[in-house]
Amino acid sequence: MSVGHSDSDDDEGDGTPKGGQGSRVATGQLARARTVLRRVMQNRFAVFGLVVVVALLVTAAFAPWIAPYEPTEQNYDALKEPPSLEHPFGTDTYGRDVFSRVVFGSRYAVFLGVVIVGIEMLIGVSLGLLAGYYGGWTEAGIMRLVDISLSIPAIVLALAIAGMLGGGLFPLIVAVSLVGWRGFARLVRGDVKSVMEEEYIESANAAGLSDFRVITRYVLPNAASSIIVYATLTIPTVILWSAGLSFLGMGVQPPKPEWGAILAAGRGDIDSAWWIATFPGLAIMLTVIGFNGLGDGLRDALDPRQVR
Amino acid sequence: MIPVLIGVTLVISSVVYLSPGNPAQIALGQNANPEAIEELEAEMGLNDPPHVRYLDWLAGAAQGDLGTSVRSQRPVSEMIMERLPATLELAIASMALTLIIALPLGVISAVKQYTWVDSLSMVFAIFWISMPSFWLALILILLFSVNWSIFPISGRATPVFTATWLMSLALPAIATGTRRAGLLTRMTRSSMLEILNEDYIRTARGKGIGDRAVIYTHAMKNAMIPIITLIGLQIPLIFSGAVIIETVFAWPGMGRLLVNAVLSRDYPVVQGTVLVYAVIVIAANLAVDVAYSYFDPRIKYD
Repeated sequence: MSVGHSDSDDDEGDGTPKGGQGSRVATGQLARARTVLRRVMQNRFAVFGLVVVVALLVTAAFAPWIAPYEPTEQNYDALKEPPSLEHPFGTDTYGRDVFSRVVFGSRYAVFLGVVIVGIEMLIGVSLGLLAGYYGGWTEAGIMRLVDISLSIPAIVLALAIAGMLGGGLFPLIVAVSLVGWRGFARLVRGDVKSVMEEEYIESANAAGLSDFRVITRYVLPNAASSIIVYATLTIPTVILWSAGLSFLGMGVQPPKPEWGAILAAGRGDIDSAWWIATFPGLAIMLTVIGFNGLGDGLRDALDPRQVR
Repeated sequence: MIPVLIGVTLVISSVVYLSPGNPAQIALGQNANPEAIEELEAEMGLNDPPHVRYLDWLAGAAQGDLGTSVRSQRPVSEMIMERLPATLELAIASMALTLIIALPLGVISAVKQYTWVDSLSMVFAIFWISMPSFWLALILILLFSVNWSIFPISGRATPVFTATWLMSLALPAIATGTRRAGLLTRMTRSSMLEILNEDYIRTARGKGIGDRAVIYTHAMKNAMIPIITLIGLQIPLIFSGAVIIETVFAWPGMGRLLVNAVLSRDYPVVQGTVLVYAVIVIAANLAVDVAYSYFDPRIKYD
């Protein structure tokens, strides 16, 4: 929560004038964004993470152009072929090109990561705001809900929900979202409680602003940076959980090229065709490292005073 | 504690109640005649309103009766009790492994901050955190079981507490614990760093106390409180990870029971297993609370 006050001393820019006719607020935000970006760029792990995440987005966007084959195209003349120039990651039991499947799998990773974290954020941030702002019974009730959800191991609950809904993409999204919101709720509640101590909240209330305006204008912006960092660091967890549930057969179903599902299909052939399960696993790992690096970098850039 | 437990039972029952499909139909199969299904529905109490079904189940659960599996027709509590030891063995072994790796590595990284030791262990930690456990499990099987034949490919060797049992436990425990070890290494490092920057550490150093004594007697003891919190937070995660790993290694624990029950839509088994997982987590958190008061005498519970 240290963003926004200490940025002026960091303003040794690149010499470009800061838009004289633009409003003051916009200039301030631009300068702040630039400071954050510069701090991120100074952190090697964060830069690596940024590169990986951008590469993932590009792969997902241009998958049909990058993949040499259709992800579900079967070729019975090339079953379980080891990696070669023609098939960089080899082929699977149906002669499908593993590289093409992994490339298309990036779409599931990006989609699931963004959609699920979005839903978690919507639920968690709303509940966290309510709990932190109103306190009392509202807070007690919401935090009790968090306690309940924390006492069931995440995968156990997600598995039960996804499986009972029948498995598939939609049940997977519902299951992981319903499990993951609690982190956002706890974080935002804590942030809001500390903001509520500030005098400007008191004066905003005294000035007769509605609760909604106080929350959207003063409370939420103060929690924004930690929400962004937490969201970035939650994406890899969500990708791991989704892949895990798909691996167990409770998420995205084969023959769809989701990384966890490809891995599960290659599991039985690990002794004869190691490449089928190995490459989607590496893709998951790289993606997770990327988002973790970016998230760590953002956290340190937004809160430089934290001990590292 | 009790309200949370009741909340948990409500959550589990709602998930089961709201899920599509008719348990009686599932028990009897696709081709069962409608009368038989109706009869079984009545017997299973499926025609009762949801709150009656919930209270019936809760009353049973309170006495250790979790109902009967619709697949095997066996009592659910009996099925769970058979599987519980295997799950606890795996969880304890991977927790122990996590602590043995993460605590020393985290402390060394903090004490030797910004040296190559620190960088190296942080790189390791990042890799461990980012590896999908089920993928690591397959790689471990490929290397240590298929190629080098050191550990068995899958299964749990009995009787327990023998060398063969330990060998069968090794790979599942590593696969479950690795991600946790990575996270705990990083967290240990940062909470240790925070302590090392405190005034009383500077004072202790200023008094001329040796490095070793400062770290072991002053810093470590105080770093234990946040670390215990972290360990407490890891417990449900260990069980989460074990669910998938049990399936990969055909480890006969509760996780595999749950996965199979979910796949075959065996509702009573799902309900019972989730409840037992929650009870374990709640009990473990209680143990963590007790550990606090040992390490920090200022914390007292009534």
